[in-house]
Amino acid sequence: MNLILKVWRQSSRDEKGKIETYPISDISPDMSFLEMMDVLNENLISKGIDPVSFDHDCREGICGMCSMFINGEAHGPDRLVTTCQLHMRKFKDGDTIVIEPFRARAFPVIKDLIVDRSSFDRIQQAGGFVSVNTSGNTQDANAIPIDKHDADKAFDAATCIGCGACVASCKNASAMLFVSAKVSQYSLLPQGKVEATDRVLNMVNQMDEEGFGNCTNTGACEIECPKGISLENIARLNREYLAASIKD
Amino acid sequence: MTVLKSKIPKGPISEKWIKHKSDINLVSPANKRLIDIIVVGTGLAGASASATLAELGYNVKTFCFQDSPRRAHSIAAQGGINAAKNYQGDGDSTFRLFYDTIKGGDYRSREANVYRLAEVSTNIIDQCVAQGVPFARDYGGLLDNRSFGGVLVSRTFYAKGQTGQQLLLGAYSAMNRQIGRGQIKMFNRHEMMDLVIIDGKARGIIARNLITGKLERHGAHAVVIASGGYGNVFFLSTNAMGSNVSAAWKIHKKGAHFANPCFTQIHPTCIPVSGDHQSKLTLMSESLRNDGRIWVPKKIEDVKLIREGKLKPTDIKEENRDYYLERRYPAFGNLVPRDVASRAAKERCDEGYGVNKTGEAVFLDFSSAIIRYGKEQAHVKGLDENDKILVKKLGQDVIRSKYGNLFQMYEKIVDQNPYETPMMIYPAVHYTMGGTWVDYNLMTSIPGCYSIGEANFSDHGANRLGASALMQGLADGYFVLPYTIGDYLADDIRTGKISTDQLEFEKAEKTVQNQINLFINNKGKHSVDYYHKKLGKIMWNKCGMSRNEKGLKEAMKEIKELRSDFYKNVKVPGSADEYNEELAKAGRLADFLELGELFAKDGLERTESCGGHFREESQTTEGEAVRDDKNFTFVSVWEYKGEPSKAKLIKEKLNFEEIEVKTRSYK
Repeated sequence: MNLILKVWRQSSRDEKGKIETYPISDISPDMSFLEMMDVLNENLISKGIDPVSFDHDCREGICGMCSMFINGEAHGPDRLVTTCQLHMRKFKDGDTIVIEPFRARAFPVIKDLIVDRSSFDRIQQAGGFVSVNTSGNTQDANAIPIDKHDADKAFDAATCIGCGACVASCKNASAMLFVSAKVSQYSLLPQGKVEATDRVLNMVNQMDEEGFGNCTNTGACEIECPKGISLENIARLNREYLAASIKD
Repeated sequence: MTVLKSKIPKGPISEKWIKHKSDINLVSPANKRLIDIIVVGTGLAGASASATLAELGYNVKTFCFQDSPRRAHSIAAQGGINAAKNYQGDGDSTFRLFYDTIKGGDYRSREANVYRLAEVSTNIIDQCVAQGVPFARDYGGLLDNRSFGGVLVSRTFYAKGQTGQQLLLGAYSAMNRQIGRGQIKMFNRHEMMDLVIIDGKARGIIARNLITGKLERHGAHAVVIASGGYGNVFFLSTNAMGSNVSAAWKIHKKGAHFANPCFTQIHPTCIPVSGDHQSKLTLMSESLRNDGRIWVPKKIEDVKLIREGKLKPTDIKEENRDYYLERRYPAFGNLVPRDVASRAAKERCDEGYGVNKTGEAVFLDFSSAIIRYGKEQAHVKGLDENDKILVKKLGQDVIRSKYGNLFQMYEKIVDQNPYETPMMIYPAVHYTMGGTWVDYNLMTSIPGCYSIGEANFSDHGANRLGASALMQGLADGYFVLPYTIGDYLADDIRTGKISTDQLEFEKAEKTVQNQINLFINNKGKHSVDYYHKKLGKIMWNKCGMSRNEKGLKEAMKEIKELRSDFYKNVKVPGSADEYNEELAKAGRLADFLELGELFAKDGLERTESCGGHFREESQTTEGEAVRDDKNFTFVSVWEYKGEPSKAKLIKEKLNFEEIEVKTRSYK
């Protein structure tokens, strides 16, 4: 396939960015999107042009590091995949592909397509944990049976990879889906219930401090989420938040 | 002559660890506040160690090259984690897990370390559940288990096909709690460039901020390397793109011995290579072999038709299929250990029975399991067990609930529906059992420098069993290192802060700076990947699934030549004081180009076949591996002598007191 790539180039956080156009040829439909980007970068290097910087690591759709906004969609046109698992067979010969970074005030651009998502880490640091030390004396793992339905729901929420597609897709750049996934995981498990009040208040507070927008329930986040994290979690977060606020 | 002190405690094996813990020195809570520890890497080992050390009161500085500690490649582990809980009541015990691991490792690991691993395995599950890790459960609300290769019990705990993710996020959450408290200082997007040694002790590192390109000096009383394995020396592997050997190799060059570098695990079930553009390989979890049956056609004519697309695998009758693992290894069948399964796939493909265009793939077929589960479900629900369409649907639902994400991943990559047609798979480089040599306390041969998780060598011998990497990473990080490190640090409570103004820091920083300048100013012809792919080809062809003297000698020579060409002609665009991935890659490849040569040298030296190391010169007429216990019951420990080819071999003799050394048979 032959394609026209329009790629966001920005040399550093404080520089102004712009779209550059790069034609690319002989792309195999079996390539992943990032392998296509590898080919682009090899071409650029051989021409003496700086390669395009982008985040990527596992290339198996699980680490959450890759983060491109492709033709106006986080992780591109396919559903339930990250950019690294998007394959070129989803495009046609002659297509123009616009590639931008995830955009949000809380995700400043570092270079080209790389953004700083450490705001997500800070939200987790505010309460995304169970306060249990490593001692070797915790009670037996089977001491508290957990309803399979709850355990499965907790697992589904816990599969969030923290990529930020929800924020990039949201017109308000809200991080509610991300925060709700963590809050839900713990609120559905007995081990997480003990700290539920503080957790939800602290995490939501940190989310607001980081400059994420508010949720207006448009549902774009759920559609673009590569792991299919459900909006149901946002409803659960709201319930938890309300309950905690009353208690507090 | 260098003497290795493995510091294995005396006494019966079941009491060694308990006794050792009571014998070693401790650091009081007040004094822990005076001690700084650096941890490099945030996979299961690094994250769990960072969290636990911080909980204990040490000041921890943790480094990772990714944008967040949660991205470390442990996240990609799929199948599960072993623990001798015996929840299934199927005869499991600490001793059996210990025995299986030693046997699985082909009697090339250290008994005392492996026993300790089996012993703490049960604590790991308790700890993780307490942290809120959502393991799979049955309808009674209790934890579910499945079975992995090389064992006859069900001891693997799992969270669908994302066990690594859930365990890592558990350890990451424990870290977050300590980062929030200020007890861990986290350095994201930082790469360790060198180790700083002062008066013979590890006292800090030189790190590079990958965003600004600035070099930084960090002092500490101890340095823990948890940087994972070196599978990317093969270029194509199931490792993440950024996984590298540099931290482990840098300490090797500063005096930490490197053990068994040639012990590499080639995983039997990965998605086959699709073309030259391939940047990495994707694993399909070993857990799939619980329900999938591996086969190739019996008739070579059928193979041809399948390759040409004129025959569908589902059209080949049962009697014309060769379920070669079930045929060759009736006792373990499809669940033989990884090394055995990989070689068997290679053998069939080498004979011309490979089923994809390149002839390098075999089928992994779920149709029998779908029918089996479907009938069971139909029976449970009181439906018609003879309704084929219904049974298939019910069976597919069961498979989806067990392996849904893996099937989806396969479909996205290969564009075929594995519920309807068998998967195509082929072996790929996955894990490295070799690594930094450590003693029983997990300390390397440099005082104050530790190595944990996949980065060290100690627990898996010549072949790792499935679901044991997660176990080892968390055992080292949660339950072993935090105790043993105190024994060393007890002497450091009066040392005070380590100043980074010392000459040793300056020298180390200068060396790092010089190498960076060299790459930036080189203005050569070829990209870093050009060399990495070349190195990968040499490694795969000559140090891969089967090895021989001629190939290994050639590999040593070719890698050395490639290295010198790399330094002359590599081209790194951009500058040193900005985000520059090519520059980071060049530094990592420079280390792989040295490690690769030592890898080949180690393989050449070990003329026996054992575990993942198969020497063609050492096999039976049926093609089974032949171990040479008389001459090779030792760990090959390499001391750096300026050039990989000049490395000096030191042998750590392995003593088997508890387990009788036998020929490993899965027939």
